[in-house]
Amino acid sequence: MATEKKNFEPLIVGITCNWCTYAAADLAGTSRLKYPPNIRLIRVMCSSRIHPSFILYSFARGADGVFIGGCHPGECHYIDGNYKALRRIELLRRMLDQFGIEPERLRLEWCSAAEGAKFAREVTDFTAKLKELGPSPLRSE
Amino acid sequence: MGEEKEEEKKEEKKEPKEKIKIALYWAATCGGCDIATLDIDEKILDVVNIADIVLWPVAMDFKYEDVEKMEPKSIDVCLFNGAVRNSEHEEIAKMLREKSKVMIAFGSCACFGGIPGLGNVANREQIFKVAYKDTPSTVNPEFVTPQTEMMTNGGEKLTLPDFWDTVKTLDQTVDVDYYVPGCPPTVDRVLDAVGILAKYAETGELPPKGAVVAFDKNLCDECERKRDEEKKIKRIYRPHELKEIDPEKCLLDQGILCMGLATRGGCGARCINANMPCRGCYGPSPEIKDHGAAVLSAIASILGVEDETEMIDVGTPEEVEELLNQVKDPLGTFYRFTLPGSMLKRVIIKPEKEGGA
Repeated sequence: MATEKKNFEPLIVGITCNWCTYAAADLAGTSRLKYPPNIRLIRVMCSSRIHPSFILYSFARGADGVFIGGCHPGECHYIDGNYKALRRIELLRRMLDQFGIEPERLRLEWCSAAEGAKFAREVTDFTAKLKELGPSPLRSE
Repeated sequence: MGEEKEEEKKEEKKEPKEKIKIALYWAATCGGCDIATLDIDEKILDVVNIADIVLWPVAMDFKYEDVEKMEPKSIDVCLFNGAVRNSEHEEIAKMLREKSKVMIAFGSCACFGGIPGLGNVANREQIFKVAYKDTPSTVNPEFVTPQTEMMTNGGEKLTLPDFWDTVKTLDQTVDVDYYVPGCPPTVDRVLDAVGILAKYAETGELPPKGAVVAFDKNLCDECERKRDEEKKIKRIYRPHELKEIDPEKCLLDQGILCMGLATRGGCGARCINANMPCRGCYGPSPEIKDHGAAVLSAIASILGVEDETEMIDVGTPEEVEELLNQVKDPLGTFYRFTLPGSMLKRVIIKPEKEGGA
């Protein structure tokens, strides 16, 4: 059991906004910052584009965690998209809890285009937290 | 035209046109759908004119064996209401699918799981514990629960259907041709369904597979209340918490959670006309895969506080927390009728301390 947990590599779906967090990821890459390869990034135009069903679908298909990235409050390219995202994600976390999925598996972070280091740090931290949590209860293996 | 009438008369007397055969079945349901079928009043006679009923457990005494003996595809249309919750439901659903040319999921339970589908927040063990032990009116010290098999003193084996952990929709069990949502389907939509039967009896024509007998727009399109363009609600009220509900104004604008914004129209907005919010029985609007997620998304977006740009800080500010705390039971509210048909289908229940195995 213990070895199983050690070898466990979480599968993270990352959905990030074009203007800030995706740019931050880009910066992390060009700056050659290291972060775990567990995250699969998907770029969308705004964090408010991320429909809660995208997240539920990711979990239903066996993702161990979902990472959502947007612009800092007040910096949304579309003025208030990230405020909407914040409410949706927070409400969804409560619902995930009811579904029996640990709400910590869904993480929302704001990283500006200059915060490559923050992005790398958050992904590293999230991966470590998921390793502690273990595989998603929905993972079919 | 006159000739036709005469013909009709003749037909009535001598050789009636060949009737179609229909079956009506109920699985995990309250029985309301069967009653709704009768709500069409005298039009039920039209149904009897065009169709012979071969199975209708709620009203007529046919046996499963009678249906079993029928040739495959010998029933024209099966109206199946109720979710699939035990082995009997599944068995009969499969049998009726085999015997029927057209399978219609009738009512929200068959379409999406419906209210019985909320059983998916628990499992069999938990449900039995509440139903056969914990309810105050139950005296059952030995905790006797339904068994699937038992031997009588005479040595006869008796069996009962197996109760499942998870409620399923009809289309998770068998192939479904058409959907008639609603809890129950309203009279107008039942008549639409009867119209489809009549057309089929007459011409053999059917709508495209997968058609939903309701509207292709959501309920807000049907609703006549006035609404704010820039929707923002600061406080959520339950209907009884408000002294008066303005019958002209959008319920959401008044702070009442109404599911109409992501729910399929076609019900005639009957709840809303009675000053009550939509609870979502017609299921998700077209193109929406997950009803609860869609309602959650819409409701979360319109929850607002006065000056947004000022108040938000990184993380979860208290105001947002407080706003969201007002949504008491997101899962039960947003998936009231559609839990088994949703993406996650059910709540995950971890086995209770089984020695860490």
